[in-house]
Amino acid sequence: MRPFTFTQAQDVDTAVQEVSLEGAKFVAGGTNLLDLMKIDVMSPSHLVDITQIALETIEETEAGGIRLGALAKNADTAYHELVETRYPLLSHAILAGATAQLRNMATDGGNLLQRTRCYYFYDTQTPCNKREPGSGCSAIQGYNRDLAILGTSEHCIATHPSDMCVALAALEATVHVTGKNGERAIPFADFHRLPGDTPHLDSNLQPDEIITSIELPAKGFAKHYTYLKLRDRASYAFALVSVAAALELEGDTIKEARIVLGGVAHKPWRVPEAEALLQGQKATRDNFRKVAEAYLQGAQGFGHNDFKIELAKRAIVRALEQATNR
Amino acid sequence: MKENYTGTPANRVDGRAKVTGEAKYAAEFEVPGLLYGVVVNSAIAKGKIKHMDTSAALQLPGVHQVFTHENRPGYSWFDKHHQDEDAPPGSPFRPLGSNEIKFSMQPIALVVADTYELARYAALLVHVEYEAQPHETDLEANLPRAYKPKKYKSPPPSDPRGDAAGAFDKAEVKLEQAYAHPAHHHNPMEMHASIAIWKEGGKLTVYDKIQGVQNSQQYISNAFGIPKENVQVISPFVGGAFGSGLRPQYQLFLAVLAALELKRAVKVVLTRQQMFSFGHRPHTVQRLAIGASPDGKLQSITHNAIAETSRFEDYNEDVVIWPGVLYDCDNVEVSHQLVDLDVYTPLDMRAPGGTTGTFALECAIDEMAFQIGMDPLEFRLKNYTEKDLNEDKPHSSKELKECYRQGAEKFGWANRKMEPRSMKEGHQLIGWGVAHGAWEAQQQEASAKAVLSPNGKLTVSSATADIGTGTYTVMTQIAAEVMGLPLEDVTFELGDSTMPKSPLEGGSWTVSSVGSAVKLVCEKLQEQLLKMAQKMKNSPFSEAKLADVSFANKQMFLTHAPATSISLQAILDQNEGKPLEAEASQKPDSKQKKYSSYSHSATFVEVQVDEELGTVKVTRIVTAVAAGRIINPKTGRSQILGGSVWGIGVALEEHTVLDHNLGRFMTHDLDKYHLPVSADVHETDVIFVEEKDEIVNPLGAKGLGEIGIVSVAPAICNAVFHATGKRIRELPITLDKLL
Repeated sequence: MRPFTFTQAQDVDTAVQEVSLEGAKFVAGGTNLLDLMKIDVMSPSHLVDITQIALETIEETEAGGIRLGALAKNADTAYHELVETRYPLLSHAILAGATAQLRNMATDGGNLLQRTRCYYFYDTQTPCNKREPGSGCSAIQGYNRDLAILGTSEHCIATHPSDMCVALAALEATVHVTGKNGERAIPFADFHRLPGDTPHLDSNLQPDEIITSIELPAKGFAKHYTYLKLRDRASYAFALVSVAAALELEGDTIKEARIVLGGVAHKPWRVPEAEALLQGQKATRDNFRKVAEAYLQGAQGFGHNDFKIELAKRAIVRALEQATNR
Repeated sequence: MKENYTGTPANRVDGRAKVTGEAKYAAEFEVPGLLYGVVVNSAIAKGKIKHMDTSAALQLPGVHQVFTHENRPGYSWFDKHHQDEDAPPGSPFRPLGSNEIKFSMQPIALVVADTYELARYAALLVHVEYEAQPHETDLEANLPRAYKPKKYKSPPPSDPRGDAAGAFDKAEVKLEQAYAHPAHHHNPMEMHASIAIWKEGGKLTVYDKIQGVQNSQQYISNAFGIPKENVQVISPFVGGAFGSGLRPQYQLFLAVLAALELKRAVKVVLTRQQMFSFGHRPHTVQRLAIGASPDGKLQSITHNAIAETSRFEDYNEDVVIWPGVLYDCDNVEVSHQLVDLDVYTPLDMRAPGGTTGTFALECAIDEMAFQIGMDPLEFRLKNYTEKDLNEDKPHSSKELKECYRQGAEKFGWANRKMEPRSMKEGHQLIGWGVAHGAWEAQQQEASAKAVLSPNGKLTVSSATADIGTGTYTVMTQIAAEVMGLPLEDVTFELGDSTMPKSPLEGGSWTVSSVGSAVKLVCEKLQEQLLKMAQKMKNSPFSEAKLADVSFANKQMFLTHAPATSISLQAILDQNEGKPLEAEASQKPDSKQKKYSSYSHSATFVEVQVDEELGTVKVTRIVTAVAAGRIINPKTGRSQILGGSVWGIGVALEEHTVLDHNLGRFMTHDLDKYHLPVSADVHETDVIFVEEKDEIVNPLGAKGLGEIGIVSVAPAICNAVFHATGKRIRELPITLDKLL
């Protein structure tokens, strides 16, 4: 680990000032950043601890939704009564990720900013465009079992590892941030990026910006939802494919469907046009399979991860079935 | 009253020390003035180091030295001086030996600094320029290069019996299939660590993570030319090893090298990633050709294995001995070949060869039973052998049939339907599978010392190890039983090279070997006590021989007249405040040579496989084990449970993935190298079948370290077939293979 300076910010303004210094990064739960610093994948010269800032509240909004403070812990969020009763999809997604110990430390804002778990990103002695732009991508021709099949570029096929974000995308959350130029709100779909030719950028958060809260609209799909996570062991493994599915049903007719895939792209993968295929349709296996096919259109495997294309289709069907029957 | 004695479940005597943190592991000893070493590893798999620039690292205040091949002190260059007790034939790797790179993640520098953090930082500043050469790491692409090693590490494959090829040609039912077992890494919880402390006069005290302190002692003495008596190696606790601690690893070599050169104390601890930079269970491909008659009699078995090894040592293991141990068949031919690759030498890992070979053999047998249309358990019974056909010897004991019977009954095997995909609940296909296995029950020569203090407390010692298996506890039980003392009056000590000689803790032979020595040394104390009692005035024991007396409840008494007794304390009081001491070595009895000795297991498994998503859940495991006398059924059960859990990993999860472009293992942490987690483990039963064995060793105990793992993975594979009708012959069975 390289030497770094450390400061604690007591409020948002100070945090923004401090993080504007060259080489500065925020640290909150530290469940990902510290690991990456120990293996020299990330080497900030200045760490700004934001855990003293009062941003951990979970509360109702005037619009009838809820606001998750950026520093609310993943565990506190998943078990919060408002989340459990009105946004159980979010609660389930959070609890499908990591371990109890990690969820106790990890914050909601930090969860959005997790780095990929690509094998090569984690090994500084291998080429990786995300870690070291221009060095090449080892994964495309190498071992890519866990990696992306959608939205990839010739520079990077990394996935976003979060489970929570898959549910937040389905629930159409808004990310509130504050920077030098003041506050702004980012729709969740626009928060994370595709790799393109800038794979080193995971999100559209600017270097001087801090996430202050994540807002959920009133509609929580608490009746018909599922978070299905497929992985190589029953716990403490990242998704090969995950699906956040939420339905609004009238009898067996679908009024609205939300489907977001995890583990398949550089960001939670949502295809509104494909979702729309279900609008006004019956909740049947055939219709679900049609949507699944539409969702995976253009998907490309890289050898070891070819199976994810069919797996994702089957997972969508199963998730929609489960959501219907819940 | 025989409380806490052998055959009775006993809590670990070191349990409290372990859970309170009082138990110290190699890296945890506090040493004044300690320096910290961090290893730099190679980025390439083959080639040369063109240039190393250590100046930036050395400029940091607090960095003492960066050792590389250019500035390292001299050490012996003879192969034999680097060959430890577990070394396979060949020329062992020497850390910092030259500028040559022989495998990816090869240690190429050691940075030594005042603190760990500083050493770790400085290690990042070491700049290396390589001249890379093309490497070969892909076993399957290099199979045409397979060769028969000049010398085998384990006994060479048996000579052919009968005419396997001819019988196969004639057989009415035939099966020929290939099976692949990937590379695995040991991944004990405790990372490898050593502290080497230089002392005036060139003496060394070393704390090491190792499965045999005397192996490290001899290795250091040989490699660095230090008289053995000047090297003391200490290792009281080992946080798991599974074979990774059989050979001294490079952190020991580097810590000693730095300590000698800097005349200081130096600690080197490997990172989790570096735990993937040395020995591993080798990637092995196997071909099985089996011929049988339509009524289910085996007529021919051919079992060929080809495994990876390094370019510098020929590692092999017992992959192909199992047909001769497990099945009655007149025509058997086996072979074991190697392909040398640009990787580090493979290393014994829990049931080396047994895990790999039993997987392939037991899957092939299951396939054959299905082809014939026989219940797989019945098929095994039909081809049961009472003899070890490799050696043409009877077994000293073999209660495998009873394992089948009790295991099948507990599992409910009788209700199994033959057809695959015949059981289903919702989306879950349910399958039942069976497999059996064996592991050799060996006894090695071992020594022990016993000291009975004037106040009646007994201390027994031997330079063995406890890698979490329960050595401390079972040795305490054995000594307490022989001496008739309560468990709390007995202390067993291990893990110090100055103690009486012990073999490596491996091969499931520690209870058999060290336990027998502990029994013998305590019997020697018994003799001394009897003699002393006989010298007492009006001794009722004056005519008694050792065979006439018993020891229990801190008393010695005449076995046929228990009322005639004397307290051990009363005898000890005659010794003028001096302790009684004895030392003993126990060798295997020559009568053992007429017999083969194996422990046996039968495992029954239920799985649920999602018909659409391919996810596999092992819902039930029943393993029945026959392993002679079980000294401690509680720690013994833990051993078998651990084997069951590991079997889940072997069948479904474990795989160290090599990127052949880079020649590098890429799943090198516990996020990417999957071991089973608690959520993967469901109902797990262990049955110990009674087995009397008066030949295997004086204790009648066979050892449990390895038998728990061998039959679990194939039983899972067979259950997956029964659930799905799909036969997966390449481990691990991940969901993509079942889509």
